[in-house]
Amino acid sequence: MKPTMGWVGAIAMAALSACTQQPTGTTTASPSAAATVATMHASAASKSITSAPEEFTPPAEAQIPTGPLGDIIRQGRDIFTDTPVHAKAYVGNGLNCSNCHLDAGRLANSAPLWGAYGMYPQYRKKTGQVNTFGERLQGCFRFSMNGKAPTLDSAEMVALETYAWWMARGAPVGVKLKGAGYPKQDFKPPQPADFVRGEKVYAANCALCHGDDGQGQQIAGRNVFPPLWGPQSFNWGAGMHQLDNAAAFIKANMPLSRGGTLSDQDAWDVAMFMDAHERPQDPRYTGDLGQTRAKYHDTPDSLYGTEVNGHLLGAAPTSQ
Amino acid sequence: MHRFDSRRRWFGMGIALVATLPLGAVHAVDAAAITTQGNGKGAAPCVACHGVDGGGQVAAGNPRLAGLDAAYLQKQLDDFASGTRASPVMQATATALGADERTALAAYYGKLPIPPALAKPATPMPAADSVGAMLATRGHWDNNVPACVQCHGPAGVGVGAHFPPLAGQPAAYIVMQLKAWQLGARHNDPLQLMQHLSHALSERDIRAVADWFAAQPLIANGATP
Repeated sequence: MKPTMGWVGAIAMAALSACTQQPTGTTTASPSAAATVATMHASAASKSITSAPEEFTPPAEAQIPTGPLGDIIRQGRDIFTDTPVHAKAYVGNGLNCSNCHLDAGRLANSAPLWGAYGMYPQYRKKTGQVNTFGERLQGCFRFSMNGKAPTLDSAEMVALETYAWWMARGAPVGVKLKGAGYPKQDFKPPQPADFVRGEKVYAANCALCHGDDGQGQQIAGRNVFPPLWGPQSFNWGAGMHQLDNAAAFIKANMPLSRGGTLSDQDAWDVAMFMDAHERPQDPRYTGDLGQTRAKYHDTPDSLYGTEVNGHLLGAAPTSQ
Repeated sequence: MHRFDSRRRWFGMGIALVATLPLGAVHAVDAAAITTQGNGKGAAPCVACHGVDGGGQVAAGNPRLAGLDAAYLQKQLDDFASGTRASPVMQATATALGADERTALAAYYGKLPIPPALAKPATPMPAADSVGAMLATRGHWDNNVPACVQCHGPAGVGVGAHFPPLAGQPAAYIVMQLKAWQLGARHNDPLQLMQHLSHALSERDIRAVADWFAAQPLIANGATP
């Protein structure tokens, strides 16, 4: 047998085994979950050129296998849900990954891990490069966590990637799944987002948990409700500082457990209110606000470097 | 004559001063006395149901009041009085209390230390993968139910004036409240969060999550964290 044939055979075998049995080391997937996975594969194969989004149901947490692989998956879950404790060296604020990726990264329309994992490597305008999934996670630490990126071979990164891989197991590769990301498509405000209206929406719907001052609420120094701006929030380079991301997340998921109840206009207005407050500086800051905006924030969805309510945003970034 | 006038003037000022003092300062509400004797106008003594230390009564399902957030307690008393929270006993009690008495009682119980006995729960801790533990710590997101601790704080210790402690409260009390939310007998929740959440819970969920919170120990540090 020629080497190339061997590779083809091995790949075919691997694909087959993924459809019909659990990989070595896994012990707990239910028959119904396996059937779902098999259906998914058949469906992906037959519809790969259509634009209808694929459905995917991630495995339940109880299906994390026992053994050494499961241990790393659980470590990734712990980092994801309690980031300042389990990835302390890389976090510059008090946020958890699961603050914006609800249900431990499982919830549809909350940028679930299973929706992201199979979309990398990917060319990203933000970096101007093809980034791997690991490199994408590094960006989360640098911007959303206002920290520093773990190296790709660090224990933390291996654990997070393993957790994401496990959650996406059985999902098609390179296919945008239904519920992936935040529901931004065709989501526009009826009128341009407005700070003053947003302030009212905030007071009525958000301040209960996030506080009148947006600084969240803490117990024993730990966030119960995360700060939305200020020194302990995400920095000016994070995706959530963009109105389109924030509005879509808010519309789909806020107030917690009451997702979908705000009007489109309210979601956009309150996103603007949140994102028109100061937060830590973009780590890519060049020393010049206008230049940094032109280079990294040249979109109407970013308020960085623009004046809102009499304040030039990014001119007085908060620091810890 | 001069001395006499002076005395008269001081005497007169003294009367004027007393007359302008707020009534409450002269007849301050004795919250502690109300808790043990009632207010003489139909409000029963609090200790009869909530215990002499404010720790509640597990068997009867009467909640702990000691160490709860004073603003939360005041809102509940006001809501019993207005009827947005139903309870035959508490509605009668709260209605019989004056607004100043409700305020004083809320402040009194807010300052009362958590009874040390509650550091050791009366019931065993359910397993970490039990229905109650999973609902409390992870939620049922398929039904849009967040983890209880996402609002009520780690292990349900309570957060601020709007998210009361669940840790160490009698299981029967938590069950009653979840059912009251479901039935609409209690509808005094901000953003109607609990009214909506409760509808996604089954009878089994309710009992399991109540048992989990009832089994959480309370640190008797004098106040909720």
